[in-house]
Amino acid sequence: MIDFSILFDHMDMYLEGFWNTLQASLLALVGSFALGTLFAIFRISPIRPLKWIATAYVEFVRNIPLILVVFLFFVGLPAMGIVLEPFIAGTLGLTVYTAAFIAETIRAGILAIPKGQTEAARSSGLTYGQTMRYIILPQAIKVVIPPMGNQFINLVKNSSVLGVIAGLDLMYFGDLIAADTFVTFDVYIFVAVFYLILTLPLSAFVSYLERRLAGSR
Amino acid sequence: MDFIGAYAPSHLTFLLEGFWVTLQVAFLSIVLSFSIAIIVGVLRYAKIPGVSQVLGTIVELVRNLPLLLIIFFTYFALPEVGIKLDKFWAAVLALVIFEAAMLSEIVRSGLNSVEKGQIEAARSSGLNYVQTLWHVVLPQALRRMVPPIVSQFISLLKDTSLAVVIALPELMNHAQIINGRNVNYVIPTFLMVAVMYFVVNYALSVVSKRLENKHA
Repeated sequence: MIDFSILFDHMDMYLEGFWNTLQASLLALVGSFALGTLFAIFRISPIRPLKWIATAYVEFVRNIPLILVVFLFFVGLPAMGIVLEPFIAGTLGLTVYTAAFIAETIRAGILAIPKGQTEAARSSGLTYGQTMRYIILPQAIKVVIPPMGNQFINLVKNSSVLGVIAGLDLMYFGDLIAADTFVTFDVYIFVAVFYLILTLPLSAFVSYLERRLAGSR
Repeated sequence: MDFIGAYAPSHLTFLLEGFWVTLQVAFLSIVLSFSIAIIVGVLRYAKIPGVSQVLGTIVELVRNLPLLLIIFFTYFALPEVGIKLDKFWAAVLALVIFEAAMLSEIVRSGLNSVEKGQIEAARSSGLNYVQTLWHVVLPQALRRMVPPIVSQFISLLKDTSLAVVIALPELMNHAQIINGRNVNYVIPTFLMVAVMYFVVNYALSVVSKRLENKHA
């Protein structure tokens, strides 16, 4: 039987971890969305050097493990004399990593709109900016929203890496409680429930959006 | 930063030894999780009352959990209920549980993408349900699944690095050991590790893109 006293006795730790996981996820979401949009624009821009930089960044980061990126911020920066709080280092690592995936999602969304539409809009007298604003982006957003939601779910799950570098998140406090009580099995079940409280509604919302938007296109 | 010291031959071979373990874990996990994913995906597609719902719920729960939690679970929590695995198999089991859930979702949506008319046509031309699935639906679905499956394999290879938390002697663990010897090795070692992961994963993604263009 699962021992619920483990949950109630350590509720403050679970909640603090839960709150920090939520904070790290939201901060990394905002940061990676801004950075990712920037790189997506760079990648489709006609300016060659910007395109190269963005492509190199996206391709490189997407193909290396998240924990390596986080370690670079947590162990790599101190080796160069810059020491960050674990929470900050972890959130930065998460942001830099997720930005590559978000850039790719946005780019794919824009590329999914047939070229003919841009040509038609341009030849009917709209400027490039107007074409983007009135024709391409409104359609691209519909394509992009569901995969973006999936990226956010991944982000919440990935934030657990903060636990490895003492980032005070849910995973970290889970390990502390497990080490404290020796009731590892039950503790991890409760940690799982806390993660599911965040991720399950999100993924239900994403599949709802997928169904809605599939019909409207 | 000491590139010359960090890239001493003994360090490079040590990293490659770690990478070999990484590749072993990844390969085993891919084979096992893909086999399970096909069975789970087909069972869910076949809409067997009860079975599909139970599997669907399990898949949904596992997909929404962090892999790191599952690794801690298989290594630290399972012994408590009498299942004791060494680091290697605890890591493989965790990866298989997590990736099988992710892959089964790909298999299921691949199967669903095959037009219903084809199934009806196959059935009315005399094939039974299993034959229809085996000869008509699966071959087409598998072809459409190739790109997302390859990206899932890339994720899996990257995810093996999380086993560093249970001190599995894979690439990340060996990098940390080298880093522990001299702080000036940290950046060069991480760079080398990044390049190793990148080379294999990028090659995989190029192959996937080729296949995608061929089948499109």
